[in-house]
Amino acid sequence: MDTKIKEKIKLVKKGDHAAYEDIVSFYQNKVFQLCFRMIGNAHEAEDLAQEAFIRAFINIQTFDENRKFSTWLYRIATNLTIDRIRKKKPDFYLDAEVKGTDGLDMYSQLPAEQVQPDEEVESMEIQTFIQREIMGLPDKYRSVIALRFVEELSLLEISEILNIPVGTVKTRIHRGREALRKRLRHI
Amino acid sequence: MACKKEYVELMHKYLDREITRDEEYSLRSHLQSCEACQSHFHELKRTVTLLETTSKLQVSSNFTEKVMNHLPKENKRISYMRWFKRHPILSAAAVFFIFMFGSILSVWNQDSQLSVSKEKDLIIQGDTIIVPEGVTVEGDLVVKNGDLKVDGSINGDVVIINGEHLMASAGDVVGEIDQVNQVFEWIWYSIKGFFKEVFSLANIFWMVP
Ligand SMILES: [Zn+2]
Repeated sequence: MDTKIKEKIKLVKKGDHAAYEDIVSFYQNKVFQLCFRMIGNAHEAEDLAQEAFIRAFINIQTFDENRKFSTWLYRIATNLTIDRIRKKKPDFYLDAEVKGTDGLDMYSQLPAEQVQPDEEVESMEIQTFIQREIMGLPDKYRSVIALRFVEELSLLEISEILNIPVGTVKTRIHRGREALRKRLRHI
Repeated sequence: MACKKEYVELMHKYLDREITRDEEYSLRSHLQSCEACQSHFHELKRTVTLLETTSKLQVSSNFTEKVMNHLPKENKRISYMRWFKRHPILSAAAVFFIFMFGSILSVWNQDSQLSVSKEKDLIIQGDTIIVPEGVTVEGDLVVKNGDLKVDGSINGDVVIINGEHLMASAGDVVGEIDQVNQVFEWIWYSIKGFFKEVFSLANIFWMVP
């Protein structure tokens, strides 16, 4: 897959739109889920993912082909989402309950075709609950947790994406895990 | 709970898959004797499992399309190149015609001076070529950018490009008179000439034993 992506990127660098279409469809759900884990709202997450792909295309000439494309793309998406979270902070960070309720309406924004079958309703409710608890974390923990558990990226990749030392990544994962352990203990 | 901090550290190392064999052994043996650490470890593992449960969330079906519509416009050269790669024969034909029409048109545009294929015994009066009375032109006559007045006679065809055959004259033309006044007619005339040349070249090649 990696060599295929590399070929496509070469074409995109020459200005080929059709090649970028394949890149978008390959990464769209990963980028979207990453944004969603951080922002907690499907509509906004899709908006951010879209923005991330557009930015990546515009700045494709600055992408170093010897590196991993996904790392670069996730970095753009993560930075955009962190920016967005910072902008909405005043009405977002008052207390845990307010933060929590923001995550509750996320599934109501799903398109109709994606309505889950009955047996998945329970797991969906658990997902909603987990997301609500993630939203209760400070954003610096949230981005690390999103990268670690949505995409299962290595500590080194996360440190590259967030531009922080691996040691800091570890500390944040440990603290984030501890905080979520306390919050998710009862389900 | 004095034990906790050290062992919790080991638990996280375990979950990051960075624990050494010795550390893992020490953690396991502690867990067997310490109930508090055991339940802590259990909760952590469960948290990770919950977090790793992949979300079924997906983007809406027109996501890619929306992204593509927001990209800056594609460089025209790129889309032409892609088209050429997909249609090699049509491209070759297109290139051929571009070159051919290009050269024909440039000849048409450059050449605005009066010219005539034979000058012997002819009179040039301003923009008019006159075949005087009593003069007979042997063979075809081509006049460019000028009119032709035939008082004598022409023993062949006449082509007048961008000019007129002045009919008032009473002269005699044995062959046909072709008047070419439009760019398109000129192109058509050139193409006929081009193919005639191609055929005569081909004939030459075929005749070589
Ligand atoms: Zn203990």
